[in-house]
Amino acid sequence: MHRRGAGIAAIKNKNLAQARYKDKGTEIAEGQVAQMAKQMETFKVHLENFASQHKEEIRKNSEFRVQFQEMCASIGVDPLASSKGFWAEMLGVGDFYYELGVQIVEVCLATSHRNGGLIGIEELRDRVVKSRGKKSQDISIDDLLRAIKKLKVLGNGFSVITCGRSYMVQSVPGELSMDHTSVIQQAQNTAYVTVSQIKKTLNWETERIHRALDYLVKEALVWTDDQSSETQYWFPSLFAGAMNASS
Amino acid sequence: MDRFEWVDFSLQPEESNVISQTGVALYDGPAKSRVLAVPLSLVVLTEEQPSGFAKSAKIAVHFQKANSGKAPGPVASSQHDYIRLSFRNSGEVEFYRFFMEQLRERRWEKIVPPADPVSGVGARNRPGIMGIERSIQHKQRNMDMNISQSFKDLRMLMEKAKEMVQLSKTISTKIREKQGDITEDETVKFKSYLLSMGIADPVTRETHGSGDKYFTELARQLAAVLEKPLQECGGIMTLSDVYCRVNRARGMELLSPEDLLNACEMFEFLKLPVRLKTFDSGVMVLQLLSHSEEEVVKQTQILLEDKESLTAEELAQQLGLSVILAKERLLLTEKMSKACRDETVEGLRFYPNYFVTK
Repeated sequence: MHRRGAGIAAIKNKNLAQARYKDKGTEIAEGQVAQMAKQMETFKVHLENFASQHKEEIRKNSEFRVQFQEMCASIGVDPLASSKGFWAEMLGVGDFYYELGVQIVEVCLATSHRNGGLIGIEELRDRVVKSRGKKSQDISIDDLLRAIKKLKVLGNGFSVITCGRSYMVQSVPGELSMDHTSVIQQAQNTAYVTVSQIKKTLNWETERIHRALDYLVKEALVWTDDQSSETQYWFPSLFAGAMNASS
Repeated sequence: MDRFEWVDFSLQPEESNVISQTGVALYDGPAKSRVLAVPLSLVVLTEEQPSGFAKSAKIAVHFQKANSGKAPGPVASSQHDYIRLSFRNSGEVEFYRFFMEQLRERRWEKIVPPADPVSGVGARNRPGIMGIERSIQHKQRNMDMNISQSFKDLRMLMEKAKEMVQLSKTISTKIREKQGDITEDETVKFKSYLLSMGIADPVTRETHGSGDKYFTELARQLAAVLEKPLQECGGIMTLSDVYCRVNRARGMELLSPEDLLNACEMFEFLKLPVRLKTFDSGVMVLQLLSHSEEEVVKQTQILLEDKESLTAEELAQQLGLSVILAKERLLLTEKMSKACRDETVEGLRFYPNYFVTK
């Protein structure tokens, strides 16, 4: 154990040492890019090995895909950012999700005249699986959510709304407030709501209920049915879910 | 610590390797020793002891009393009710996560029928339902072992990827603090490494200059490929539409949405005849340079006067456009004061702006 130096000399030495470290820092930075290049090559080899053994499994096993995605996220890597990325090129994860994205857009476009651009995620999944035909692999809700997350950058208004036990996917631009989503949740089991039903369960004033419902009608998310004693407000986007629930 | 038993290193049929971590020492209570396996059913409490200056991270595991008739272990009896696992080669957090998961699942409580000791050959010859059940279990066990092998490989891969991320962070910090005098050339290389790894980096993100060869070439390709379809569509197409068309045409090696966006953002810089436009609503489109907004507004105004009023759906039908684009046209016409809106429960309808004209 040696005593640290004292006095002006010590300060001067310390400054000198710091300057030297800084220079070293510069050196290190330059060297590090070269080092990274080398490490990239090694990593590529590892990834190639991994791909040769597990590429099929990623395509076929949705649970494995989830693990893969979560691990990437935890280390700060986005395997879907670019088709030029290693992950897409060697593991083929890119093509899987990007193609899914195309199919999601097409399903939403095809159904939006009916449901106003709002679709339940289970219905979306069923339709996408059907459109994939015979080669349809295990498509999970997680797969859809990740593909949609990527689609958002295209400015198409894609967003995912949590609705009770499941999700709704909105594919047109438009703001749905919390009041609106509460009404949608109310309608989940039967696919429709009435004013008195909302009053009973959510305890809102009539004015507030009508404001929410009128907006939904205006945005074509809801159809009105005046044939019963009280007007029923139906959500075409919830039809599929309600039918499954009752069967 | 007397809860341990000596066991064979190979896995029993109902056991699967969840996680192995090298460099873990087991301490009997506060002391140090070496031991082997313990049934998880005896665990009553676990706690994490994070690493300190000269101490490695540890997990303390508390047990209840052992069942009588348990196989002999290294210590016949111990005054301590807990052990500590010392992680000398790191990996404590992950191990703890898996450990807790296994404790939660309590797989040892799930009833697994006795395994057929003569593996596949015997199972095939057994008749009846028992035989079928056994072969299903056998397949399941194989699949579990395969899957756990895949997860193991995956974890190893991620460890290596993590190193790359760390290195890139160091370099990026140096660039930001201007401590490293990195040349233009090296910056370009660095950015391409980030792209390959899928690492988002705000520092290098902004500069979309000549260095982005990939996006430049992609932009030129897209402009060439899209010119005709755009003309056929009236000079304008939503970005989602473009994404679908381009990828459907490619079939393989599809473009990511971000790739498409980044390439489109270069159109102006490269002086290509196609441009990316973002409307107030957030909708993004590609339009031909020749596509004039004044023309569009004039055309819409004429249609409005002709039909007296129009909704986005009606206009879409008239012009053979998508509803989203038709809506944008009406909104643009309104912005130029040539149309007025009428918002009711029935929807959004536009009228010619008589306040200005009459």
